[in-house]
Amino acid sequence: MAVEKMSIAKALNESLRKALEQDPKVLIMGEDVGKLGGVFRITDGLQKDFGEERVIDTPLAESGIVGTAIGLALRGYRPVVEIQFDGFVFPAYDQIVTQLAKMHARALGKIKLPVVVRIPYGGAIGAVEHHSESPETLFAHVAGLKVVSPSNATDAYWMLQQAILSDDPVIFFEPKRRYWDKGEVDTEAIPGELHKSRVVREGADLTLAAYGPMVKVCVEAAAAAAEEGKSVEVLDLRSMSPVDFDGIQASVEKTRRLVVVHEAPVFLGVGSEIAARITERCFYHLEAPVLRVGGFHAPYPPARLEDEYLPGLDRVLDAVDRSLAY
Amino acid sequence: MTVESTAARKPRRSSGTKRAAGAASAAKPAAATAQTQDAEPQLVQLLTPQGDRVDNAENAEFAPFVADITTEDLRGLYRDMVMTRRFDGEATALQRQGELGLWASLLGQEAAQIGSGRALNDADYVFPTYREHGVAWCRGVDPTNLLGMFRGVNHGGWDPNTNNFHLYTIVIGSQTLHATGYAMGVAKDGADAAVIAYFGDGASSQGDVMEAFNFSAVYNSPVVFFCQNNQWAISEPTERQMRVPLYQRAQGFGFPGVRVDGNDVLACLAVTRWALDRARRGEGPTLVEAFTYRMGAHTTSDDPTKYRRDEETAAWESKDPIQRLKAHLLATGGADEAFFAELEAESEAMGKRVREAVRAMPDPDTMAIFENVYADGHALVDEERAQFAAYLASFESAEEGH
Repeated sequence: MAVEKMSIAKALNESLRKALEQDPKVLIMGEDVGKLGGVFRITDGLQKDFGEERVIDTPLAESGIVGTAIGLALRGYRPVVEIQFDGFVFPAYDQIVTQLAKMHARALGKIKLPVVVRIPYGGAIGAVEHHSESPETLFAHVAGLKVVSPSNATDAYWMLQQAILSDDPVIFFEPKRRYWDKGEVDTEAIPGELHKSRVVREGADLTLAAYGPMVKVCVEAAAAAAEEGKSVEVLDLRSMSPVDFDGIQASVEKTRRLVVVHEAPVFLGVGSEIAARITERCFYHLEAPVLRVGGFHAPYPPARLEDEYLPGLDRVLDAVDRSLAY
Repeated sequence: MTVESTAARKPRRSSGTKRAAGAASAAKPAAATAQTQDAEPQLVQLLTPQGDRVDNAENAEFAPFVADITTEDLRGLYRDMVMTRRFDGEATALQRQGELGLWASLLGQEAAQIGSGRALNDADYVFPTYREHGVAWCRGVDPTNLLGMFRGVNHGGWDPNTNNFHLYTIVIGSQTLHATGYAMGVAKDGADAAVIAYFGDGASSQGDVMEAFNFSAVYNSPVVFFCQNNQWAISEPTERQMRVPLYQRAQGFGFPGVRVDGNDVLACLAVTRWALDRARRGEGPTLVEAFTYRMGAHTTSDDPTKYRRDEETAAWESKDPIQRLKAHLLATGGADEAFFAELEAESEAMGKRVREAVRAMPDPDTMAIFENVYADGHALVDEERAQFAAYLASFESAEEGH
């Protein structure tokens, strides 16, 4: 056992380091990923140790970053590209959606596109416009992409390596407000499946399902609910494409109530899909409609309003109460 | 265009290299703007439209790159162009007969494609648009492979690594970035190879193409950007795409740009060999602008008579790439009527083979919808595949019940 306490940021850094060590075809690409180590320092020290040919500072051009990563993947490399902030991914959206997602199918499986696109996402860091968005639904909707998000240091460490090992393109959303949260990481463990959900806290009365930054909020909500005698189970979904519907179903068949929580707007969000599927699968088990808690159908607000926009403890607990009231 | 008139014009090559820097800096912006309106812009040319061999100061740097071309090689280039045109004509006819949903004809662009395609080595890699049927021919891609996507049985369907010929790319200009990334990989591998990216004058307006130029320049990648300026982006003329001649754009990114007569197969071969040679030697990217003309429609779905003048098309007919080489071969005794007759028969046989192959092309299996969406599988795809299979099976069991 090699258990070490580290932040999510450090776990991601160690994960990239291990991937670079284990496979000479792994490359890191992005704006400022070299000497600076990325604006969040996720790639800190990697260029120093692996050189400019492996850790590549790129021009400021997101479409170019992903487009050239596709070419490198076609040549046999495994590029891990960093998009500096969530709201900056859209210049690359065309390359991701029209090219990266579809090329394997277009070649009838003859070529593989093992590209990982890392995106620090979500709010609550007091940032300016375009630095706090949660666009995961836009990627989960696209066939050919896989979309995941860790919520803790262990998952950050292992899920990133699993994403790099995957022969499919993976959009890897990093909860930037959790970068500095610390946790125990067993660097020699046998990791779980990349796309399986995980029960974070057992409960009997209701299931809270979340991913990324909202897992912590849901754990806190479950603790607060417990003080009122409510037994809330918390599920970390970990993967938005595919979604582990079997894992959610198993939990819901036990608790009979489900609230899905994410920062992204509720309308047509991951929660909407989960509500629909779980209603289909668990209609006779449910004691209440599946509820969703998330962002509003409005542009992400200025930082001084983000606490109102983002689901916090109170809004999650309110949904728990509404569900239990049925 | 005469040799003299070509020589009299100002230099046509801009360059990031020291050697041509003087010539490039001498070009004034105002003059460059005016040049977009030129009916007869300056070109690297080795064969006149009449089939005469040109030797001048303008092509002196490039002519040595085809010094080894024998009469037999010229016949080979001629054969490639004839076969490609025959294939293209067959595909157009098949579309009219309802066998293909769409076709993007290369009529008129045979020299640009065969000249550049024959410049490539086996280890080189091609990133085409959806019109590079002649380049595919040079790579040894079975022509019927190209028709699957136009018939609607797949979206490409061939293994790009079999002939180092990537899938056709429909979104304009995207593939220039893939080519650049691939070239970055070639450089990392230390391979003796280069990459060529094809695109059109319309694509030159796309941001991806600018980003590809910049990435390739910054990383000094071994890639040749081969633009077939066929004068029309569907209905929009080049005046709607650019204010300065395309090849000059390379200068701003720090690499050479060359404008070549795209209807002169020998010049296209020479200039592309020159550019590939630079790439393989580690001297970075080159932009080649093959100045040519799309004689047909953009695709079978548009009508060029609505947006361009007959006189323009007629003027370009006199520069036909195939007639030009035929005139040269006849004038120099490089080929006789028997050769042309034999080739005619060969191309007819190929057309028949393609026609039969397309008509015999089966529709894909219904369940192919779910195949190859992911390399490593995906739970939702598995679920939907199983549900749809059960749904289809329900019809079969219903029939059995009757």
